[in-house]
Amino acid sequence: MPDDKKQVAMSTVAMEGAPRGLGSKNPKQGKRMTGAQAIIAALEAEGVDLLFGYPGGQAIKIYDALYDSTQLKHVLARHEQGAVHEADGYARATGNVGVALVTSGPGATNTVTGIATAYMDSIPLVVVTGQVPRAVIGSDSFQESDIVGMTMSVVKHSYLLLSADDIARTFREAFHIAKTGRPGPVLIDVPSDILSAEITFEYPDAVNIPSYRPTYRGNAKQIRAAARLIADASKPVLYVGGGVVSSGASAQATELARMMRIPTVVTLMAKGAIPSSEPLNLGAVGMHGSKYANMALNRSDLIIACGARFSDRVTGRFDEFAPEAKVVHIDIDPAEIGKVREAQVPIVGDVRRVLDSLLEELARIEAAPDTAAWLSQIDEWRTRFPMYDEHVEEPAGAIVPEVAMRQLSRALDPESTIVVTEVGQHQMWAAQFVDRELPRTFLSSGGLGTMGFGFPAAVGAAIGCPGKTVVCVAGDGSFQMNLQEMATAAINNVPVKVVVVDNRALGMVRQWQKLFYGGRYSATELDDVPDFVKLADAYGWGAERVERPQDVEAAYARMLATEGPYLLDLRIPRDQSVFPMVAPGGGLSEVIGAIDSGAGFRIVAEPDGVGWTNWASRTNKAAGGVGGREGGR
Amino acid sequence: MRATKNHNVLSVLVENRPGVLMRVVALISRRGFNIESLSVGPTEDPTRSRITIIADVDDEAWEQITKQLNKLVVVHKITDLTDEPSIERELVLFKVNAPAERRSEVIEIANLFRAKIVDVGRGSLTIEATGDESKMQGMEDLLRAYGIREITRTGKIAMSRNSKEE
Repeated sequence: MPDDKKQVAMSTVAMEGAPRGLGSKNPKQGKRMTGAQAIIAALEAEGVDLLFGYPGGQAIKIYDALYDSTQLKHVLARHEQGAVHEADGYARATGNVGVALVTSGPGATNTVTGIATAYMDSIPLVVVTGQVPRAVIGSDSFQESDIVGMTMSVVKHSYLLLSADDIARTFREAFHIAKTGRPGPVLIDVPSDILSAEITFEYPDAVNIPSYRPTYRGNAKQIRAAARLIADASKPVLYVGGGVVSSGASAQATELARMMRIPTVVTLMAKGAIPSSEPLNLGAVGMHGSKYANMALNRSDLIIACGARFSDRVTGRFDEFAPEAKVVHIDIDPAEIGKVREAQVPIVGDVRRVLDSLLEELARIEAAPDTAAWLSQIDEWRTRFPMYDEHVEEPAGAIVPEVAMRQLSRALDPESTIVVTEVGQHQMWAAQFVDRELPRTFLSSGGLGTMGFGFPAAVGAAIGCPGKTVVCVAGDGSFQMNLQEMATAAINNVPVKVVVVDNRALGMVRQWQKLFYGGRYSATELDDVPDFVKLADAYGWGAERVERPQDVEAAYARMLATEGPYLLDLRIPRDQSVFPMVAPGGGLSEVIGAIDSGAGFRIVAEPDGVGWTNWASRTNKAAGGVGGREGGR
Repeated sequence: MRATKNHNVLSVLVENRPGVLMRVVALISRRGFNIESLSVGPTEDPTRSRITIIADVDDEAWEQITKQLNKLVVVHKITDLTDEPSIERELVLFKVNAPAERRSEVIEIANLFRAKIVDVGRGSLTIEATGDESKMQGMEDLLRAYGIREITRTGKIAMSRNSKEE
């Protein structure tokens, strides 16, 4: 490594976790103030300019101090869950720590789903909750909840503040922990009596937590071993996960693919990390990935996993997953390595730094794996089993979701737009057909699969990225889970565009009922309520309903040309299913519903004979084994 | 407490602060494992406590528990004593039926195991014993013949025999 480059790398290590703001150089340093003012001063010292929240009795002093801040813009949500998802969407879109501020009791408990969502997807958040005064903690006082206890398994770390003197250090630590290592949510519970205590504000720059020292630099010997495996591979696959986005390693991962000619699969969390336009990018993988991407991953002889965790949505039935592959697993979290799949070469470290070293090592040993035959094999699969094809016969006169998502993709400039999804069928269609060129431009609840995440997250992303157009692809079910945030968007004039892929059903569960439960549509049909256009009107949004395929593109154009928030009610038939699909409980080789161009572009979805019975019986087992709501909702 | 193939012993050095034990225990139970024995106490450094955890799980699960515990910000150091030469001790209190005519027999058993009689009742004796698992088991088996009214255990504590330990 040239000396100057080494210098930069070193300084990045030193900078890791430092405040984005002025830290100890903040203008309030050394001043006397109340605990509440110290919390605001701490957020300012961290460089926070935006927070999302909802006041209440035990948070009122913090809100009173906030009233004087010129640096902090507070966005008033309409529900605490909305506030946390908004902070999360802001964090995903900008890369900064998202901040949410709520009151005690129900205010705090309403944040739990939001915190769990961020935890599963490794998103840095600091959530500040009001708490009842220290003297009455534990006495079941009004609006008291043990939020530290309740969230213990879904936070990276949490604090119950017991003294106003601890405020500055605790906030510094919380921000440091949230954004370093494997990022995650940190909760600070603040009893209201310490908010009025007087202290001298001394904000530290550094933290001293001897028990928290993430490993950033990969082991050199392991990196050399990985390089040798890559050089010798003939059927390698690069498997890119959300860690590539959080460590800012998109350029390195793309370069690795290009330099070594390695086909690449991308998880839902990493969509955008490798440009969709890159021919080596095979796109979505796993349960609703393309048949060719799944075949490539499953038949590879080397998997280079970068910031990915072999989720069950990616691997399918695990004992049949990629039987011939060796694994190089790069992750900053040692607990992910070997958790699901044994790694022949485990590398604990920051993906970006490890890939920098790996690229250097590959260049040094002049690695040039011969992947030509492998790539042409994959190309053959790609041609034979396309993700979608216009030749497929569809119901006449109805909007086809796959086509509508492709049209949306074409209507969106990759540089200046962010796509956020809710959870369900529309999410999978968006992941399959909306192209993205840049990281942090496709945001989705991957791990927890939280319906109601997407719309508030889109609001947060839009406020955090004022220069970008944010489009939320929602389902009619998901959108109704947090639609109170329409008021937040309207009042703050957040120009978020919501495309409701409207099938009047909980489409993903309904699809499972159709395929695996004999069409018994138990509790999945939503009926035609509400009238989304009238609803949008009630909130002062622009809106339109589109029902004919020939009107979709013009409707997108009108939506994108309209200033302010806008809802497009895109009516699709109830019966559309997301394909291809790895049969639940099945391995990646058991793909149903793929299009076979060699067989007249038919979607082969219908069960045939023995194989089907196997899927059906496995489904029930899998659903029991992995958790009742296997497929999302 | 029966000895099993996968008798795993972890010595976990943690912050000595409220809520720390809960974080450690919650993490283990969240992943579906049953703790067989647990003991906690302060160490030579008053800011640190040591938790000794014993659980019977397979190796893969054990590795995962260890790694997950290491991620807790309150955990300083984990020493896996499962395959290390180590000393394991536990203090057990037995309350045993001991009518006057059989009292001397019970006392003799206690003496054999170098245990102490700490309380004498009209028809019972309370014995304090320390030792490793097999010794405690052997004592329990012998005392059973007299009728054990109550057993309380401290949970095991462990320490490695070698000197490299922090």
